[in-house]
Amino acid sequence: MSALAGARTPAQGVGETPPVDRQRRLRRQLRRYWLAVLGAILVVAWIVIAILSPYIAPYPYEQIDLTQRLLPPSAEHWLGTDMLGRDVFSRLLVGSRISLLAGFSVVLIGAVVGTLIGGIAAYAGGRIEELMMRLTDLVLCFPPIILAMAIAAALGIGATNTVIAMLVVWWPKFARLARSLVIVQRNQEYVEAAVNIGYGPGRILLRHIMPNSMGPMVVLVTLDVGQAILTFSGLSFLGLGVIPPVPEWGAMVAEGRELIQQWWVAAFPGFAILTVVMGFNFLGDGVRDWLDPRSRTR
Amino acid sequence: MIRYLITRLASMVVMIVLATLVVFLISHLVPADPILAQLGDMQAANPAMVAAYRARWGLDLPVWQQYLIFLEGLVHGNFGVSISTQRPVLDDILQYAPATIELSTIAFLLSVIVGVPLGVIAAVRRDSWIDHVARLLSLIGVSAPTFWLAFVVLALFYGGLQIAPGPGRLDVVHLPPPFVTGLYLVDSALAGQWDVFRNAAAHLILPSTVLAATTLGLITRTTRAAMLEALGQDYVRVGRAKGLKERTIIIRHALPNALIPVVTLGGLAYAVLLSGTVLTETIFSWPGLGRYTFRSAVSLDFPAIMGITFLVAVVYLVINLIVDLSYALLDPRVVRQ
Repeated sequence: MSALAGARTPAQGVGETPPVDRQRRLRRQLRRYWLAVLGAILVVAWIVIAILSPYIAPYPYEQIDLTQRLLPPSAEHWLGTDMLGRDVFSRLLVGSRISLLAGFSVVLIGAVVGTLIGGIAAYAGGRIEELMMRLTDLVLCFPPIILAMAIAAALGIGATNTVIAMLVVWWPKFARLARSLVIVQRNQEYVEAAVNIGYGPGRILLRHIMPNSMGPMVVLVTLDVGQAILTFSGLSFLGLGVIPPVPEWGAMVAEGRELIQQWWVAAFPGFAILTVVMGFNFLGDGVRDWLDPRSRTR
Repeated sequence: MIRYLITRLASMVVMIVLATLVVFLISHLVPADPILAQLGDMQAANPAMVAAYRARWGLDLPVWQQYLIFLEGLVHGNFGVSISTQRPVLDDILQYAPATIELSTIAFLLSVIVGVPLGVIAAVRRDSWIDHVARLLSLIGVSAPTFWLAFVVLALFYGGLQIAPGPGRLDVVHLPPPFVTGLYLVDSALAGQWDVFRNAAAHLILPSTVLAATTLGLITRTTRAAMLEALGQDYVRVGRAKGLKERTIIIRHALPNALIPVVTLGGLAYAVLLSGTVLTETIFSWPGLGRYTFRSAVSLDFPAIMGITFLVAVVYLVINLIVDLSYALLDPRVVRQ
């Protein structure tokens, strides 16, 4: 044993990298994670646009001008005008608000609900766990968009109802992940210590176990905002999202879907969805790569 | 193995029964009223009409009785009558299913045939340009909204370049082939109508490509990751030390192990396809289950919604079962657990 330990070279000290090396490493990291950087830029850009959109949009998004119908992209209307003569660019900018808001609310609420359910199930164990996980399986045995569609249709049209419908199908994957994470933690010594000190199960779960298993959860959340935005826009495209004239990207594509000659009406809002979802996916992919120790050493 | 099979089958039956309950609850405990959606404003204002309508469709009975009626029907293969088409839901589903099966099967084959080799090459040539291209493509594939992609290819290849046929399963000049399976490619080949076959195939190109984009991305990513994992294992090092050819190591040793997670994904991919068809079929005017589901959902046609959601859930469960079984065959460790 001691012979093996002595065989290691002492030169492998940590924290002694010279500045030149650090720069090179930074450059290598950047080359490796350029997609994640691009994703972060896209996401931040869209969040800024969503916040500022009412002030930077060149026209009011609801301004109808029937003399200016279906104009192709030009200097006045960068992305052309739609069937009612509304400026596509302005509507696209303002439309980012509802898409991002819907995406974030579905994922955040879904993550909180799912984590609580999965965490409680794993920590409680026994019958409660069995019951809760069967419930999760039950929701997972439906294709998400079809179940969400049925629920959204039943609840009635409106962005809030669509978000609720999506929440019903969204929490189970978080519940599953949270359960597997908590199971790993629940037999750790610090949990035993907390039990011996006399903390209640709620406190142990929320204050001790959860913070220790947040890492993978964060990744799933980032990856998932893109998916949520995609699903929301899909439901919205089907007419189950927003009530017109509220600008929303999926609904805008739906309005222009018959206009193959006037492609700009549908093409640009869809491209906006692509860029924002891509941003979240690039970012999530990079973060996952970075968190996975195996891929780092390779 | 047999015990494993029986347990899996039993749990599947339980899930199916529970699924009927979920479907039923959604359609009955929500605030929306199908009557307003089905009858016009004029008729809905007439109490006698509304009462007659409720009695006709059993909507005046207590909820649990309605559920029992629904269950009893299911046992007899009766999914109820669609409120909007006035036909048995099962008939409707059988009529629309072939179009969707044809479309999603082609899309599935497309994404496997392209996705698996692409993932393998990306893993073997890690960090090369082909890896970056594959990664970028697959990320774009999972990020692009299906309905938008459908619009773009239609506007480009049909509207702009005019090299692809328009929406629908056939050009107007062609009659559908004699019905055998409902799959136009199979039926026209059986009848020897090769012009119809060619036309049906041409109509399938755009929608199946669009539909395959998402699953292609998923399959490429999973194959790449699984392959990287397999290539890092000791048996690969042993193979190299023995002096085996790199090709043999990749195809004979690493690939079979890497395919296990890909098989799991196959089931998931089919489910993704089922969701994707709702959007793709709407743009391509494809007379399949996706459009039928959408129309039923919008018109609050509850028997149709229940029937289709239930059926899709069953298909989903069966696919999952097949996946798990093939998983057990590929990896004997699963059964022993």
